[in-house]
Amino acid sequence: MTSLNTKRIREDFPILKIKINGNTLVYLDNAATSQKPRQVIETVREYYEQYNSNVHRGLHKLSERASDEYEKAHEKAERFVGADNGEIVFTKNTTESLNLLAYSLGEELKKGDEILLTEAEHHANLVPWQQLALQKKAKLKFAKVELEEGKIDAEQFDKLVNKKTKIVSVTAMSNVLGNNVDVKKIGEIIKDNSDAKFIVDGAQGAAHRKTDVKKLGCDFMAFSGHKMLAPTGIGALYGRKELLEKMRPFMYGGDMIKKVTFEESTFNSVPWKFEAGTPNIAGAIGFRAAIDYLEKVGMESIEEHEKELTRYALKRLNEDERIEFIGSSKKRAGIISFNIKGVHAHDVASIFDQHGIAIRAGHHCAMPLMSLYNAAGSARMSFYLYNTKEEVDKVIHAIAHVKKIFGI
Amino acid sequence: MDILAEQMYRENIMDYYKNPRNKGKVKDADIEFRDNNPLCGDEIEITVKLDKDKKIAEIKFDGKGCAISQAAASMLTEKILGMKLADVKKIKKDEVLEMLGIPLQPIRVKCALLGFKVMEGGIFLYESRKR
Repeated sequence: MTSLNTKRIREDFPILKIKINGNTLVYLDNAATSQKPRQVIETVREYYEQYNSNVHRGLHKLSERASDEYEKAHEKAERFVGADNGEIVFTKNTTESLNLLAYSLGEELKKGDEILLTEAEHHANLVPWQQLALQKKAKLKFAKVELEEGKIDAEQFDKLVNKKTKIVSVTAMSNVLGNNVDVKKIGEIIKDNSDAKFIVDGAQGAAHRKTDVKKLGCDFMAFSGHKMLAPTGIGALYGRKELLEKMRPFMYGGDMIKKVTFEESTFNSVPWKFEAGTPNIAGAIGFRAAIDYLEKVGMESIEEHEKELTRYALKRLNEDERIEFIGSSKKRAGIISFNIKGVHAHDVASIFDQHGIAIRAGHHCAMPLMSLYNAAGSARMSFYLYNTKEEVDKVIHAIAHVKKIFGI
Repeated sequence: MDILAEQMYRENIMDYYKNPRNKGKVKDADIEFRDNNPLCGDEIEITVKLDKDKKIAEIKFDGKGCAISQAAASMLTEKILGMKLADVKKIKKDEVLEMLGIPLQPIRVKCALLGFKVMEGGIFLYESRKR
């Protein structure tokens, strides 16, 4: 038995009852986006049915309530990651959060300055910095991934960082390798050796284990709501308040200003300075309900549950010598990238689909990393709180079917 | 529509995948083009030698990817060998999909048409250089 009552949890997720090709859905594409519990769906529905209106401007009852709920969502997200009041900006997703940083922090970048990433970054934490570096003639550097173990050694940052390093942006958990990156240690090395801004890509990390930005010692952390039970279209950026206050806005418009004349504008205080225009109100309120749900179950229990599932899945997969892993075959968080020797990942995913099993197949928006493994793609299954060992068994069964079709 | 894996990966597809016809590279090719499917990283390269009447005298494909993309590319090379470029240009996507004769998930249609897309690109490049 795992530490979670998955039977009860699964009752909260209506989608887990649907049939795909005659089989009950086995949803193992959680690293792409998670499913949503009815508590979240109902919260969003309540907003639209009971108090749909814009925030921060209406002098009527509905707007008053919408504004209040929206601000409670800010507070909820702040507390969830250990941030102070005003330190969470709502965005569309992790990608937008990272682009906001590249745009706003990028203004101060000069020729010859250095940006430091790792080889394991998702395109969202690579392309914005790469384009910024090209534009500003800055130097882009990458910390290495130890391929066999799929690990990023924190010690190497000591040699990579110097006085020219202005931005360091590192994933807390690769969406391919499913490794836990020691961002705390990396942060300490960065702070000891440079004035660089230290950014954590928390898209996977924050969704799957308890995260405290103050303990991590990062300046910024980007994360997505939709990967942690919230609706799509809501993400967040944590930023240290003194830094957010100094930064220029990413987008201009309504709601982000204090005063506007024909000649000039003064901007609203944080976080609203970075939330121009009508925000994703329903998304933010749904995000709050999602965090409530996660906290009720407990992030530690979720992490433990995923560990247990992963241990079991790795054991089963290791029994098959045709399975090749991208990253470690022994120890990883709840993301397993693998190939069946001789079969393309797309064919694996197509056949899995017939069994009702949803996985991701391809390069997982990490083409440079995949090229290091000489892999055009891989199949990837990723767990969340509602997944079970029985579902892993269904995967093993589907692998046998793939092998039968391919005659191997 | 439910698509059974057995229908999609039926015998002749698997045969083309495992024993690809016209795999490799034509020497001194007149047409040489490669493309990939950014979604999955499938890659196809097609090389063609033309005779004096602009007929396809020799054609080979190379690449890596899923069974559907590789089998479809191999079938395409067989279909158009000996054809005039002008006639190859008249081939429609639907004909290529019919040639496979299997039901496909919408996302896999791109795999099936990758070889066709490469051929189109190759002809376009060849003709624009001639001009």
